[in-house]
Amino acid sequence: MTKTRMLDQKVSTLVKERPYLLDFFTAMAITLPRDQTSLKEFLQAIPSAHLTEFSLDHQSLTNQCFDFIEQMETFSSQGQRSITEVTIKAGHDKNGDPEQHEVVLRVGEVVAVVGPTGSGKSRLLADIECLAQKDTPSGRQVLLDGEVPDEKKRLSGDQQLVAQLSQNMNFVIDLSVGAFVRMHAESRLVSDVDSRIEQIFRTAVELAGEPFTLETPVTALSGGQSRALMIADVACLSASPIVLIDEIENAGVDRRRALELLVKEEKIVLMATHDPLLALSADRRLVIGNGGIVAVLETDNKERQTILELLGIDKRLARMRDLIRKGNRVSSLTKEGASLLGSSQV
Amino acid sequence: MSKPVRKSIKLITVAGPPSSGKTSVILRTIEPMIARGFTIGVVKFDCLTSEDHHRYNEAGISVKKGLAGGLCPDHFFIANIDQALQWGKKSGFDLLVIESAGLCNRCSPHIREVLAVCVIDQLSGVHTPRKIGPMLKSADVVVLTKGDIVSQAEREVFAFRVRQVNARAAVLPVNGLTGQGNLLLQKHFQNAPTTSSLENYKLRFTMPAALCSYCLGETRIGQDCQIGNVKTMDFS
Repeated sequence: MTKTRMLDQKVSTLVKERPYLLDFFTAMAITLPRDQTSLKEFLQAIPSAHLTEFSLDHQSLTNQCFDFIEQMETFSSQGQRSITEVTIKAGHDKNGDPEQHEVVLRVGEVVAVVGPTGSGKSRLLADIECLAQKDTPSGRQVLLDGEVPDEKKRLSGDQQLVAQLSQNMNFVIDLSVGAFVRMHAESRLVSDVDSRIEQIFRTAVELAGEPFTLETPVTALSGGQSRALMIADVACLSASPIVLIDEIENAGVDRRRALELLVKEEKIVLMATHDPLLALSADRRLVIGNGGIVAVLETDNKERQTILELLGIDKRLARMRDLIRKGNRVSSLTKEGASLLGSSQV
Repeated sequence: MSKPVRKSIKLITVAGPPSSGKTSVILRTIEPMIARGFTIGVVKFDCLTSEDHHRYNEAGISVKKGLAGGLCPDHFFIANIDQALQWGKKSGFDLLVIESAGLCNRCSPHIREVLAVCVIDQLSGVHTPRKIGPMLKSADVVVLTKGDIVSQAEREVFAFRVRQVNARAAVLPVNGLTGQGNLLLQKHFQNAPTTSSLENYKLRFTMPAALCSYCLGETRIGQDCQIGNVKTMDFS
């Protein structure tokens, strides 16, 4: 729609089609008219003194309003065009020797990134994050769905490829779980906000094990509950196709379920982890050394069987943890310890 | 080592609230550029005291410090900016970064046709973008810091709200500690227009205004003492 046509439209109609406009004006403490007022009349009727408080005048407000509409249209069309494949074309290691592996990451895939500190894991993740075009120290190139990303778009920061889930992350805002998810959903311009809140809330409670309510303040959630809410929220609401996990805490979150959820929601999951259970749950492991990808290991059948064993150990550990939490003594520690190492029975 | 005097250099204004990470972001961004052969200088404008110039010195970067003292830092900044540019030219820099104090949300040091960067801290909460005025609204690049310790949801809401007040700017998350995300900011720095003199250049937005008795040193309180550009609240 042209700007002139939009200016002649009724504000009420425009807001119905573009609910984000409500937020735009509310942020400036401007109430929207419900009557037949056109956008042009409405904008002109706002007192200059009020606009000055927001460092605006009528012209800059009009421009800003149109810029915002344009941005939001691109934003929502981006959501529909989701990326299915990210290619990391080989660069070189710290000695300048060429990397042997080109890697293609596909949605619904879980990939572990392994290697000692200083081996170049962060470099790889940073290359993906900034859509490296042979212009980073590694010389790698990142393609989206097989194509070189548009440089202008890259510089605008519009496309954030990587969503992060890290142990260091916190909720900063003081809101209830429900209001928090609503705020995120509204900024993502989803149409069915209420059902999305319900979906995320249920998933988070399931992952956490310990129940909480929609009214619980996010800052009052336990470590496990916060992590569970963050995982559910990223899976169901984040715009980014890649989810980067640096560690999922042992306590309080069903780690395997969390991975399943992210895969189901068509994310590419990257995990920087040396936790055997998580690393073997991945489809592949990228082995990093001396700044380059030195090997790509597909999880083989033997390793998949090891997972069962690890799950057994995990359950036992959980049971012992529970005993301690409830104030019991863990009397058969040696027996339990022996069976932890020895048998694979659950 | 003396460098040849330059006719025009790239000029960049960086503004942002106190402790948002301006110095760290600038350091992490220009260090790799210096390693690639750029010569870069910094002018740090601040209010009362500033230790940041030591951080630049330690990194081997030429820095000048200006303290506004009792003046509005913005007004102090604009009265000295062209001299700062001349210093940059004389020193033979390819690029001069002006870091301003950004003491109140009404700060607006950005100049037309000079690359304008605003640094804000995501830890300050999702309401921040709405509270910051022209230094955010008129920026070309908005840098979001401290994202590594804030939930992904809040980061996305934060970026959305920045776009709500400034849809044209590039919005780039940069980690001031590790430097992650600095590559794209380096590119913006490299693409900045060059300037030879700021004469006839214009501010993007008017600076916070005041010319009243208190500007001139009045300390007494009371209606009789308020003379000049005074704004009163309505308590009725």
